[in-house]
Amino acid sequence: MGNVAIELRNISKRFGSVVANKDVNLSVYNGEILSLLGENGSGKTTLMNMISGIYFPDEGQILIDGKEAVISSPKDAFDYKIGMIHQHFKLVDVFSAAENIVLGLENEGKFDINAISKKVQEISDKYGFDIDPRKKIYEMSVSEKQTVEIIKVLYRGANILILDEPTAVLTPQETQKLFKILRSMRDDGKAIIIITHKLHEVLSLSDRVAVLRKGEYIGTVNTAETDEAQLTEMMVGQKIDLNIERSEPENPVDRLEVNNISCVSREGVKLLDDVSFTARSGEILGIAGIAGSGQRELLEAIAGLQHLNDGQILYHNPKTGDVENLRDKTPLQIRELGVRLSFVPEDRLGMGLVGNMDIIDNMMLRSYKKGRTVFVERKAPKELANKIINDLQVVTPSASTPVRRLSGGNVQKVLVGREIAASPTVLMAAYPVRGLDINSSYTIYNLLNEQKKKGVAVIFVGEDLDVLIELCDRIMVIGSGRITGIVDGRTAKKEEIGILMTKTERSDDNE
Amino acid sequence: MLNTIFAFINAAIIQGTPLLFGATGEIITEKSGNLNLGIPGIMYVGGISGIIGGYIYEHYTEDPNTALCILIPLLSCMLGSLIMTLIYSFLTITLRANQNVTGLALTTFGIGIGNFFGGSLLKFFNESGSISLMDCGAAFKMSLPFADDLGLFGKTFLSFGFLVYLAVIIALVASFILNKTRVGLNLRAVGENPATADSAGINVTKYKYFATCIGGMIAGFGGLYFVMDYTGGAWTNNGFGDRGWLAIAIVIFAIWKPKMSILASYLFGGLYILCVYIPGLSASNKELINMLPYVVTILVLIIISIRKKRENQPPQSLGLSYFREER
Repeated sequence: MGNVAIELRNISKRFGSVVANKDVNLSVYNGEILSLLGENGSGKTTLMNMISGIYFPDEGQILIDGKEAVISSPKDAFDYKIGMIHQHFKLVDVFSAAENIVLGLENEGKFDINAISKKVQEISDKYGFDIDPRKKIYEMSVSEKQTVEIIKVLYRGANILILDEPTAVLTPQETQKLFKILRSMRDDGKAIIIITHKLHEVLSLSDRVAVLRKGEYIGTVNTAETDEAQLTEMMVGQKIDLNIERSEPENPVDRLEVNNISCVSREGVKLLDDVSFTARSGEILGIAGIAGSGQRELLEAIAGLQHLNDGQILYHNPKTGDVENLRDKTPLQIRELGVRLSFVPEDRLGMGLVGNMDIIDNMMLRSYKKGRTVFVERKAPKELANKIINDLQVVTPSASTPVRRLSGGNVQKVLVGREIAASPTVLMAAYPVRGLDINSSYTIYNLLNEQKKKGVAVIFVGEDLDVLIELCDRIMVIGSGRITGIVDGRTAKKEEIGILMTKTERSDDNE
Repeated sequence: MLNTIFAFINAAIIQGTPLLFGATGEIITEKSGNLNLGIPGIMYVGGISGIIGGYIYEHYTEDPNTALCILIPLLSCMLGSLIMTLIYSFLTITLRANQNVTGLALTTFGIGIGNFFGGSLLKFFNESGSISLMDCGAAFKMSLPFADDLGLFGKTFLSFGFLVYLAVIIALVASFILNKTRVGLNLRAVGENPATADSAGINVTKYKYFATCIGGMIAGFGGLYFVMDYTGGAWTNNGFGDRGWLAIAIVIFAIWKPKMSILASYLFGGLYILCVYIPGLSASNKELINMLPYVVTILVLIIISIRKKRENQPPQSLGLSYFREER
């Protein structure tokens, strides 16, 4: 290990009355990889944003190479050779890789895109990247975009690299490639900080681990001297059981039969291509895939929100025993049949809940047609809202608080709770734990498991492969709108799913 | 016949010039992510400011100097449009007010200012009649002395006052800066994705202010051209008409490319006066022909929406305010 590259002393930051960071002390050495571990909302990103000049600390000092540094803008951060790779890439879609890389650089003489491309190529060769400088960002895969981000900071001569959740959107193979590059940068003497909440990555990659909890600095440990249990305890503040229970499905019967459905976007791109599968009652069917591979379209197709060009969706109605084709039905009819969708989009509110309305009104979105008079029925939704608040321990001042003011986890509990309250027969949950802390995540997993035990066919779209493998009975992998394989959740290996995720050919052994 | 066609082209360029100023100004503004719907009002103010400057100069001078007859209206036009865009910029960039509402209010305000001073300027100086700046008008209308000797070509393309050529030069320079320089790259980044630009060390506020103010001043020249060259130094209330809105339509037609806007402006200029060149039109048919620029704009909107080519879309954060500490 080299010298101290950057040291934080008693850093604090508040947003209004919310304390994001409190008295954080941290140092990073040249030639090491430090993991910054903490749950969502523990202030990891805020802390790093202060180093990269996005925010300015309310209190405390930042020392770079032993001297106090004032970083009041991203430009200052570059001058101190600090580069941050954000979780949501900061790239301009219509620009080429090279244009994005030189963005904002002013004292570099003539704007010569050829010379820039050449320099980009040199950096790529040095660390083993694979990138075409002329390619437009919107034509790139997620992993390529991330590469552009990393080259962008290296191009500026960054010595301290901060990566915010770099593996969240990568396949296991891409993750391994990234880790290799990070290690080669460490060996080159750079100080690397990676923000993460994935424990196994921390253990396999980093030299030291610093833990934050609720904005406070808990401590730093050497990776070699720690294990998952200790890190979790530091992160959560209590011992928790990390195992998700998985019961054997009871009397599974076919509930939803999807036969060869296809759908095409307005631009003529195939969003779903000949997708077939069966969801059974009393079972959790996981869907894995790189973000944007057709997960959303598939669920929307089942819910009746997506126009299908081909195929049929057969619903085996448990009450009547009839087989009905959902393709002919309106979204409202499908919902009445008990097929429920709770989709948590990236902004967490976009679909299903209206941010400015309170919890009761959001309950009413599903029941306003039930009233007998022209006036809306408020009593039942109010009871339901209170029931969800009690059962799921939603933290809110009252049921009439606008949903927008709740924290992410509580919003998601309201959303999932509402769909479950309708006692569905098919429950589709897309990214229900997106951005949640560990405890809230487990509450949601338990909810899904309860539904499974009640005989509901649960379809779960997840981001974290480890969770999918622990929670689901079967895992279906989707890649570019095609089903590339269905594996048994009890025996599947992560690498196996990773290969399926990037596979372009369709496998013939779909079950 | 040939003479008519060339006369039509000549008239199309004349009509297209105020549109070109407005469109170039609006493109530069929109590239920074600001949708300035105040441009029509700013063009009015640009025009009346030029008139006021020129009038005061002519009023107090016995023997107006040609260079000053150009310079004074030019500078007062820039000052007038600058004040207008500063109002817009302060409201939308610093205070983050809604851009559409601010822009529309500014247009109403600008037209009002134009008509107010247009109606009362002479009374302030205890004169009567209507505003007519002979010397300034003549100075702006000055063309190359040998243009008429060059036959039909000279008459059609070289017989204009300098503002016509300035409009083309500004559009070409704008195109070069936007596409070939670092400043242009940074500006486009601000309009596409200000958070990205910010994290890349670009001063988003500065770029937005500069682009909006420069864009506004360029648009103001459109009003100046109209009152000085086109009408020869005379002001009539509401005389500028809806040309400002056409300029905004051209921005869409030209898919945010200044070079395209040169052709688009002349095309729209031609469509604007087409009815005069088609003999034997009834009054109602004339109105139908006058509708053409707007119909064409709608068609272009439909086509680019269907094609969905990413490069042809408006700047991604157009119309949105940027606030860094948002979480």
